[in-house]
Amino acid sequence: MLLQVKPRHIFFALSAFFVAYSVSIYMRPYSIAENINFNKAKAGEGKLVWQKYNCQSCHQLYSLGGYLGPDLTNVISHPGKGELFVKAMIASGTKQMPPFKLSDKELSALLEFLKAADKSGKADLRNFKTDYFGMIEAK
Amino acid sequence: MRISGLHIGKVFLTTAICMLLLALVFGVVSASIYIFPDFLKDNLGFISLRPMHVSAAMFWIILGATGCIYCVLEQGSTDKRIKRTGLIQWVLWVISIIGIMVSYCIKDFGGREYWEFNPIWALPISTAWVLFLINFYRLVKKISTWPVYIWMWLTGVVFFLFTFLENYLWLIPYFREHFITDMTIQWKVNGSLVGSWNQIIYGTAIFLMDRILNNKSTGSSKLAFGLYFLGLFNLMFNWGHHIYTLPTEPYIRYIGYAVSMTEWVFFVKIVMTWRASLSIVQRNYHYFPYRFIMAADIWIFINMGQAILMSIPAINMYTHGTHITVAHAMGTTIGINTMILLAACFTFFNIEEKSKYLNKIFWALQISLVIFWTSLNLAGVKKGIWQLSAHQESYSKMMDSLAPYFVTFGLAGIGLLLTLGTLGIVLLKSTSASTSNV
Repeated sequence: MLLQVKPRHIFFALSAFFVAYSVSIYMRPYSIAENINFNKAKAGEGKLVWQKYNCQSCHQLYSLGGYLGPDLTNVISHPGKGELFVKAMIASGTKQMPPFKLSDKELSALLEFLKAADKSGKADLRNFKTDYFGMIEAK
Repeated sequence: MRISGLHIGKVFLTTAICMLLLALVFGVVSASIYIFPDFLKDNLGFISLRPMHVSAAMFWIILGATGCIYCVLEQGSTDKRIKRTGLIQWVLWVISIIGIMVSYCIKDFGGREYWEFNPIWALPISTAWVLFLINFYRLVKKISTWPVYIWMWLTGVVFFLFTFLENYLWLIPYFREHFITDMTIQWKVNGSLVGSWNQIIYGTAIFLMDRILNNKSTGSSKLAFGLYFLGLFNLMFNWGHHIYTLPTEPYIRYIGYAVSMTEWVFFVKIVMTWRASLSIVQRNYHYFPYRFIMAADIWIFINMGQAILMSIPAINMYTHGTHITVAHAMGTTIGINTMILLAACFTFFNIEEKSKYLNKIFWALQISLVIFWTSLNLAGVKKGIWQLSAHQESYSKMMDSLAPYFVTFGLAGIGLLLTLGTLGIVLLKSTSASTSNV
């Protein structure tokens, strides 16, 4: 007798694939670079500071986030910017951004987070090329 | 009022409409900051107003979707357990909403984009959702053969809970210390969460169409089930199209790309059934709630076309991080989700409005949305060109050059506030007088 496929069979089969795919992403965290010069635990704390002050409301990382301020993925290595620039912007604010009073510990952790972002890759879209399938890859 | 007489669905829909009104007000105030950068800078500021707007809009959709499921499944039920559980679920939502809005006002953030509130408020929301899952099971367990919309609702309820909890994996240091994996999970969650509430809302649209056409075949056809499973497949695996530029595992991006391209099937289906749809429009246009379904169908066509093109990485490179993404998000939230929810509200509150006044409001809403969507897209095109130009001017100069589009977007936003606000107030006024006709 042929097995009759019912909606619940497809639902559970797809769900099982989804759970397996999710777990595979959790279990094998993508390693961003070898011998990178930043403190992972501190960068993790910096992510909490990024969220505590809701930086994502205006700023982007890899073009994901808010639209009022610039993308900050590579602000640390950007010519003419860097750590001092970030510190000055946070302390003084801009036309739209109010000044923020971060503690030394928070500021240090946030800078570590931005260093981790910077080391992870280049977000500048001019840094990408397309292949025959229409997929984009970093140059 | 005795608990057995309580209409949980309407309680949720009424709360959802209040959230819509709040989202509109916060949206207009937030948009004004694009035009007047100093406005409220030292008070609430954009960092509070943006999440207030986004959360209120999401709660409109989530609570509206919840209300729709209850309105359909709860009909005729006097089961006190279901009513009591539904009431506790609603109370937990109200506590969460108040807590979240207060936390935004006092700048007590901590969550990530779209869920910026202090993570403590995720606890009552997830508890409310578990109660919803229990009630959903109680309500559908006696239905022997499920039409497709019940499958879609089950999908929405289950996957919302899964992805909402997944959204808080960053609380564990293992996840937040891996920068790229954490961002991958964030956008996996965002893609699947939107897919989850879309399943509930599209399921509601199928239910409404069956009801309006007095025909139960749509929700039981093989084609409907085929499209449902394709939608479920996309909910699970197409989210990679959000992160083409993120240096994650290449297979994640290729899976996202390949799965997103299966959405051409939906698009071709819409085109092939266009003529038949026109005759349905002609037959049902007189029925006021149907007009919102008709509008949603047109916005699905526009937004799906845009989404498929944006899912091609070579095109995504020009749209990623620009206001085209915002246009798409707003186009789907207002054009599709809100239109279907309004159709549902007018149906469940039993308002068969025939006044010319509300018809004018309906068309003014569509015109405002077209201007709103177009101005965001044009701003996005300009930013996209800037992003890829060899000699970039400064970010602030580029933003200044977008001012005319932001002014247009702001004015169209006021149009949306007035039109959607009027419809919301009409619905709220009718809630006390309405009787269930589901």
